[in-house]
Amino acid sequence: MDRREAIGKISLILSGTIIGAEFFLSGCKSDPKKISYLFTAEDIIFLNEVAETIIPETNTPGAKAAQVGKFMTVMVNDCYNPEEQKIFVDGMTTLKEQCKEQYGVNFIDLDARKKTEFLKTIIKEQNKTAKNKDIQPPTHYFKMMKELTLLGYFTSEVGCTMARRYIPIPGKYIGCLPYKKGDKAWAT
Amino acid sequence: MENNTYDAIVIGSGISGGWAAKELCDNGMKTLVLERGRNIEHIKDYPTATKDPWEFPHRQQMPLKALEENPIVSKCYAYGEATEHFFVKDKEHPYIQEKPFDWIRGYQVGGKSIIWGRACQRWSDFEFSAPQRYGYAVDWPIRYDDIAPWYSHVEKFAGICGNKDGLEAMPDGDYLPPFEMSCVESDIQKKINARYKDRHMVHARWAHLTKPEPIHLEQGRGQCQARDLCYRGCPFGGYFSSVSSTLPWAKKTGNLTIRPFSVVHSIIYDEEKGKAVGVKVIDANTKQETLFYAKVIFLNAACLNTNLILLNSTSSRFPNGLGNDNGLLGKYIAFHNYRASVFGRVEGYEDKYYYGRNPTNPIIANYRNLHKQDTDYLGGFLTFVFSTRPTPGDVDGVIGADLKNTLTEPGSWVAGMYMQGETIPKESNHVRLSKDKKDAWGIPQLIMSVSYDDNDEKMVADFLEQSAEMLSAVGVKDIQKNDSHRAPGLDIHEMGGCRMGHDPETSLLNKWNQLHLCKNVYVTDGACMTSTGNQSPSILYMAFAARAANHAVQEIKNGNL
Repeated sequence: MDRREAIGKISLILSGTIIGAEFFLSGCKSDPKKISYLFTAEDIIFLNEVAETIIPETNTPGAKAAQVGKFMTVMVNDCYNPEEQKIFVDGMTTLKEQCKEQYGVNFIDLDARKKTEFLKTIIKEQNKTAKNKDIQPPTHYFKMMKELTLLGYFTSEVGCTMARRYIPIPGKYIGCLPYKKGDKAWAT
Repeated sequence: MENNTYDAIVIGSGISGGWAAKELCDNGMKTLVLERGRNIEHIKDYPTATKDPWEFPHRQQMPLKALEENPIVSKCYAYGEATEHFFVKDKEHPYIQEKPFDWIRGYQVGGKSIIWGRACQRWSDFEFSAPQRYGYAVDWPIRYDDIAPWYSHVEKFAGICGNKDGLEAMPDGDYLPPFEMSCVESDIQKKINARYKDRHMVHARWAHLTKPEPIHLEQGRGQCQARDLCYRGCPFGGYFSSVSSTLPWAKKTGNLTIRPFSVVHSIIYDEEKGKAVGVKVIDANTKQETLFYAKVIFLNAACLNTNLILLNSTSSRFPNGLGNDNGLLGKYIAFHNYRASVFGRVEGYEDKYYYGRNPTNPIIANYRNLHKQDTDYLGGFLTFVFSTRPTPGDVDGVIGADLKNTLTEPGSWVAGMYMQGETIPKESNHVRLSKDKKDAWGIPQLIMSVSYDDNDEKMVADFLEQSAEMLSAVGVKDIQKNDSHRAPGLDIHEMGGCRMGHDPETSLLNKWNQLHLCKNVYVTDGACMTSTGNQSPSILYMAFAARAANHAVQEIKNGNL
């Protein structure tokens, strides 16, 4: 019985397919010759800052506290195909260089407001590339970073237990309860 | 020195084999259960059952390497980082796809009962009589009244939740209290039941202990905790499986021996005695051959492996497979059609939510071709209904605190329906043994030649049209219709190949699930199915297994086996 499948399909359509998870839908199609990128400790610090800008600390911890940088490297190493890995790794370089060019300092050294401002310019570029091509463009590196940030954060301990509500053993199911705006969503 | 002689041998420890073993042991029969995979002990061998989401390095996605090595099982909805240890890996157990067929298997004690879908509706006489009334397959040799007491027998022990709704197309069983519907589902139910006189949406009928009774507590099982992590194995015993229920029960009688890593090669037929005398087993690890003997043999290897074992059980009396004088063994394979689904956004209900995770779905009983043929295709379909209130996955172009806040609150409700459609058995849909390709144990590989036909296409189209109309009528917006066009097999409801019937000329099994031509071999898994009906079949296999086991015990007492 495929209850899970029906609901899973909906989440994919509503939330967009997680890169890598496309295999679930289309089966195997990639080149099995896989490069294993070795991310450095510095890369993880950099990715943590990108992730924190996407999901910042508010009244709950942000992506850095959820170690999303490390999570991204695990997913890119293990779940991405070589083309996707290249886009992601080249994307890190592009981000760093473009930031240096625009602000004269490293991304990680920008203050939070400028980090946001900078990533918003990247989003604008991403939208432009998506619109300009007749053919399906390759996935933009920033889309990858954002997807992995959201997946990593909302399945992390802080994401589940602090940003959302996580009850590992509900004990029972109640089908219809009042909800008021501001109540947190269930984590699972 | 291993004892090689038992009263009964059960081949397979899954949902039907577990039931055969329980009933045989309860009746004092010394019973050997042969399982080709490893042992699984309830609770102890559920390594992921209590893990939190963040304990999975890839958050339940499979790494690329695993996906590439397992293109078939990776398509299964229940396969992932939390469950992969309960699924057969593609390479280990090859088969031949003459036509695309995704064969999903669970080789371990408990079989696929650990990872099953758990829906448990009863068949009605509409289904048992449909082949005879509409002229397909052959007539079932039983009717609802023959199996109803055995449905009750297995339902009470397994623990099935549901509501008594008095529907002709889906008879009531002996149920524990049902899971509640969500506010959205309750409203959909009211609107559909009011608008369509022929359609009835009812509570899920599912193998969950919503309110355990003494018989369930005696099994060491407790109440379902609404975790919805069933496919990992339930440490509470909240849902039914062989390893949480029937097998430990059988063990307590002192009559049960389970032998893991026992790959059954064939059933041994004795020409002088005119019956089966035992089973040839190959050790999964050492590949050593051992023979086991018994008065009666239950074949519950799961549909297609049951066909394989019978086809491979050749003798000079049965050169084409045990009991296969008519050449129909392996033919008339059918399955359930899950291709189509519809869903959309539900407006309103922003002030409504739920608590806990419902592991079940409400059901609309089949409303097609019941009393008469009223469509341009044969058969009927069941409709599962669902609703949920997911958080948005992303907000395009937005980052920062705004994004975070949006994603920490639930979004719009969505509701949808998916089908479980009958497929019509036909001779061309078959499995057979490869003449040259063998597996690692020297057993011929199975060739799958099973596909959809025009009847299935028409049913998909009708389901999509009717379901979209129903959703629209109850106010669901932005309705999407999907046809996954997936290959047969992924339904994990393969049936037939060794069908029941009145006549040895046109069927393999009689009304007691005995091979017509070798009465001490009983087949009570999906292989026995004459037609597929539209209900989830596992509970019927359980009822067949219990009924057949008690028949076998009686026949042995009467000196007939």
